[in-house]
Amino acid sequence: MVVDGGFIEVDRVEKVFEVRRRTGFLRRERRQVRAVDAISFRVARGEMVGYIGPNGAGKSTTIKMLTGILTPSGGRLRVAGIDPSRERARLARRIGVVFGQRTTLWWDLPLIDSYRLTHRMYRIPDARYRANLERCVELLELGGLLDVPVRQLSLGQRMRGDIAAALLHDPEVLYLDEPTIGLDVVSKAKVRGFLRDLNAERGTTVLLTTHDLQDIEQLCSRVMVIDHGRLVYDGPLAGLHEAGESERTLVVDLERELPPIELPSARVVRVEGPRQWLAFPAGESAAVLVARIAAEYPLVDLSVREPDIEAVIGRMYAEKAVS
Amino acid sequence: MAELSGHTAGGRLREGLRAYRLIAGMWIRSTMAYRASFVMTTFGNLVATALDFVAILLMFSHVDALGGYTLPEIAFLYGLSNTAFGLADLAIGSMDRLGRRVRDGTLDILLVRPAPVLAQVAADRFALRRLGRVTQGALLLGWALTRLDVDWTPLKLLLMPVMVVSGCGIFCAVFVAGAAFQFWAQDASEVQNAFTYGGTTLLQYPPTVFGKELVRGVTFVLPLAFVNWLPALYVLGRPYPLDLPRWTAFAPPLVAVGCCALAGAAWRVGLRSYRSTGS
Repeated sequence: MVVDGGFIEVDRVEKVFEVRRRTGFLRRERRQVRAVDAISFRVARGEMVGYIGPNGAGKSTTIKMLTGILTPSGGRLRVAGIDPSRERARLARRIGVVFGQRTTLWWDLPLIDSYRLTHRMYRIPDARYRANLERCVELLELGGLLDVPVRQLSLGQRMRGDIAAALLHDPEVLYLDEPTIGLDVVSKAKVRGFLRDLNAERGTTVLLTTHDLQDIEQLCSRVMVIDHGRLVYDGPLAGLHEAGESERTLVVDLERELPPIELPSARVVRVEGPRQWLAFPAGESAAVLVARIAAEYPLVDLSVREPDIEAVIGRMYAEKAVS
Repeated sequence: MAELSGHTAGGRLREGLRAYRLIAGMWIRSTMAYRASFVMTTFGNLVATALDFVAILLMFSHVDALGGYTLPEIAFLYGLSNTAFGLADLAIGSMDRLGRRVRDGTLDILLVRPAPVLAQVAADRFALRRLGRVTQGALLLGWALTRLDVDWTPLKLLLMPVMVVSGCGIFCAVFVAGAAFQFWAQDASEVQNAFTYGGTTLLQYPPTVFGKELVRGVTFVLPLAFVNWLPALYVLGRPYPLDLPRWTAFAPPLVAVGCCALAGAAWRVGLRSYRSTGS
């Protein structure tokens, strides 16, 4: 067994599509599009990684290459030591995939039927199947739903059903493509809670793409940002703030209207009566700042606002687009 | 390595058949969720195919022979064609939905399962209602056999099941090749229907009613003539079209194997292309 530096190994992988565009009745223009451009990363066993980027950035293409659906145009790709495009079926037994927008469940049949099919198709030993199903049913609250035809399930119920379906064969890695898309707050919380437990208790490696940054904030210690087919950030979520040069905001309520607070480490961005908004670098401590203001000004109340990560990432994309 | 069973050709075939059985079973259960609808569509299917033959009966109310063939002889050709095609249609007739799966991206779901994609696509939307056509074809064939004046020899008897199985194989190859083509042209299912449904309609009539060029086309290009024409004309003791040699009546199994091999190759090329372009 190789020491786990990389359970998922991606080395300068690229994917080039040839796009044909109709320019006339029969004339076509061919253009090459680099959907994924020499991306490299490694994911260790048991990591939980968020993979984000704007639409068309190459997220889905990367996932499709990792699951063996698409063959890379170049580079080297290994998942659990398997070359996904060459041994698609062998890899399939070791991975779980959840497509947020497309269900793998059988529309007209009771939920349990889909699981029975998985049981047989993946040749899951009976005892293991029963244990896994029981666990998923309990944690994903599917108890009353097993006999309900899938078409009658709500979106949130179906998503939980889909996640269970992807886990019955004990996959070592779980790919989730937009797992919380369209879900209400309660369903999102359930899905996130389950994924966190799955990762903590079973050590399942999780790679998820999402547009919902709360998914990342609540689940992933590591985030990868892809834009225009290139990896523009790979690291902890906190670091994203620095990379995006983001600022936190301190909202200060004073006793009365005063001129803007003057401090070297912060600048006032807005004044409204006795309330003032101060921006300061996200990497710096708020405590120092608060202490100074409390010492020098008649402070009534205050609150700290974390930077909007969406704005941070938005800025990151914008910078890339300019450069 | 316990999972090597999928690596040899025989292992892959076994895996494929197993996946096919599992998925077809799921579709049957799905259809049974709407039992009344199933009964009606099956009945409708049977009636529609039956009415199809009524058109021929009507023709015979005005003439005694069509292209030199009597009614039982036409029924013989018709029954053979519909039985062979009906079996293929029942088994893998929904493969023309592949284009839609490529378009809406649901093919990807099949690609992350540990089973051959061809088997999964073949079993897609498996519909028992298609038994209607097989039933009609078999009944008509049975009726024709009671009316025909044939000197049965062991060879002719042997040729009957061989003909149906080979014909089914040839049509299956057309379905697979048509589906493979949809990896490139996603709305080509109508083109495919022209060859499958159109082909079987063609074979319901004797070759003598068609132009030589057409007969040549379905003999040498898309070898549908081997489904029923050549072997059936041997059974009936009729002259072959295009002055083909006698032995061609026994070629259907070889033609079927050849067609399936070609269709399989086309499928592999198509799937590889999909996986490299993801179109």
